[in-house]
Amino acid sequence: MSRMAATRDGYGDALLALAGNPKVVVLEADLGKSTKSLHFRKAHPERTVSCGIGEQNMLLVAAGMASNGYIPFASTFAIFTERAFEQMRNGVARPNLAVHLCGSHGGTHTGTDGSSAQSIEDLAIYRTLPNVVVMHPCDDVSTKALTMQLPDLGKPSYMRTARNKTPVLYDGKENDIQIGKGVVLRDGTDVAIIACGVLVHESLEAAEKLSAEGIDATVVDMHTIKPLDTDLIDSLAEKCGAIVTAEDHSVIGGLGGAVAEHVVGSTPVPIEKIGVHDRFGESAGAEEMLEMMGLKSHHICDAVKKVIARKV
Amino acid sequence: MAGMSISEMEEMARKCRVEICKMTHRAQAGHPGGSLSEIDILCGLYGHRLRVKPEDPDWEDRDRFILSKGHASPGMYAVLAEMGFISHEDLKSYRVKGGVCQGHVDMKWCPGVDFSAGSLGMGLSFGMGCAVAAKLDGSSRNAYVMVGDGEIQEGSVWEAAMAATHHELGNLKLFVDCNGIQNDDFCEAQMRMFDIPAKWNAFGWAVKVIDGHDMTSIVEAIDWMDSIQDQPAVVIAKTIKGKGVSFMENNPAFHGAAPSDEQLAQALSELGVEA
Repeated sequence: MSRMAATRDGYGDALLALAGNPKVVVLEADLGKSTKSLHFRKAHPERTVSCGIGEQNMLLVAAGMASNGYIPFASTFAIFTERAFEQMRNGVARPNLAVHLCGSHGGTHTGTDGSSAQSIEDLAIYRTLPNVVVMHPCDDVSTKALTMQLPDLGKPSYMRTARNKTPVLYDGKENDIQIGKGVVLRDGTDVAIIACGVLVHESLEAAEKLSAEGIDATVVDMHTIKPLDTDLIDSLAEKCGAIVTAEDHSVIGGLGGAVAEHVVGSTPVPIEKIGVHDRFGESAGAEEMLEMMGLKSHHICDAVKKVIARKV
Repeated sequence: MAGMSISEMEEMARKCRVEICKMTHRAQAGHPGGSLSEIDILCGLYGHRLRVKPEDPDWEDRDRFILSKGHASPGMYAVLAEMGFISHEDLKSYRVKGGVCQGHVDMKWCPGVDFSAGSLGMGLSFGMGCAVAAKLDGSSRNAYVMVGDGEIQEGSVWEAAMAATHHELGNLKLFVDCNGIQNDDFCEAQMRMFDIPAKWNAFGWAVKVIDGHDMTSIVEAIDWMDSIQDQPAVVIAKTIKGKGVSFMENNPAFHGAAPSDEQLAQALSELGVEA
């Protein structure tokens, strides 16, 4: 059994590891215990700015600090970052200030808090903003590796992390993680499954099941949704001739949307999208939510068979 | 240039009023009313206090000035030209493709602009970030912010107001340009704000109410603000929208409308420009 961990813990570890840079500052909106910025706050209260329950103010305080040479990391639940969307748009992205926003508890996998907490549109909305890098890593190791690269990014970013634990895939392999570069976790020629976040593990499980049925799947961890690794996608479209995308997010505008938008203009191949189909969630356990929303490995297997049947 | 005399700053304000009318007339768009209401305060701030270097606009330890009511950009551009951050020729680029004088003040386009404005209710939070950064740097630089009275209807202004007091930001200084008019109508009709000084006082700010067109009062208020070190300070400036041009004064029509040729001629005449 592999080690289990939550991506938000990787974020918290990274902030602490970045504290040696005196320009790194942390901003909180009363959810540091949840997003895991609390470790930084305990070690460096003088460089942690509590903004109370006020996300709009937090984003712009971060922007002001960035304009003064600081490297702000602001976090709250993914859903509450959306309350400050226009601040992110006009106050951060437009002047290209390197504010790093982390939205934890993303997706229906968040579970029993229910639909109000299950952000299923964050990747889509932030992806529309010029200058903003959008990420959704799948385990704590890759989350930490990506976060550690942010001080050198020089532009704003949004990263979605998840509340609940999933199997760790990158122990000892943190050097494989680079912003903007998808990681091929499994090589196959019949279909390419391109996934992010908690569905990367489900995709690997699906590939194992498919292998037993004689279907040979590539699985990619596309932890960076923007900028999208289009070179990799083109080569996979060429090699496999069919793509399944998988994300705990609406099928509208997220990873699936990004891949489809690209592929239609370069190497058109059939695509099936695993994701939330234009509906809200409800209170249920994390695994129950994945089942309810059609995001489990068996759903991915079905999508693979469907997309292979569509190959010309 | 800080350290100008009262009469010098009054003359600077007159010249800026002329430019505000010319810019909006040239563009046949823009916001003359709120530019004319804020201009005496801007001239007082830049002329009397603001520690900036026009020849080095990105000087790291400069005071920050954040025009949160960024639609009143002609006023700020006129001041930046008077200060030497931009040329008077640059003022002709207001709202023109490729121009440094974008419709709303923008830090990516215009030297001397510290904040990309255009959406109300954002500047005080940004200024708070500048103030927190200055404290972390151990610097004595201040962050000055200007908002409009209609603007404080935005809820996030009060998130910032509460947070600035919590963090005891004595280096955060705010002007509220109370000209009593917003986009659609008088503030009294759109959203009554009742006792504005009491609201800021209740949020823990040091509060002073002044006549925002009296340069002596403005200078005294800036000195008073700078004497407040342990809490944020706000100057509530009673102003007249369109001040200095008779037909624009207290007239909601000139919130966001440009003067015609005839109106420009009359405005310039009233502002002492010989035909």
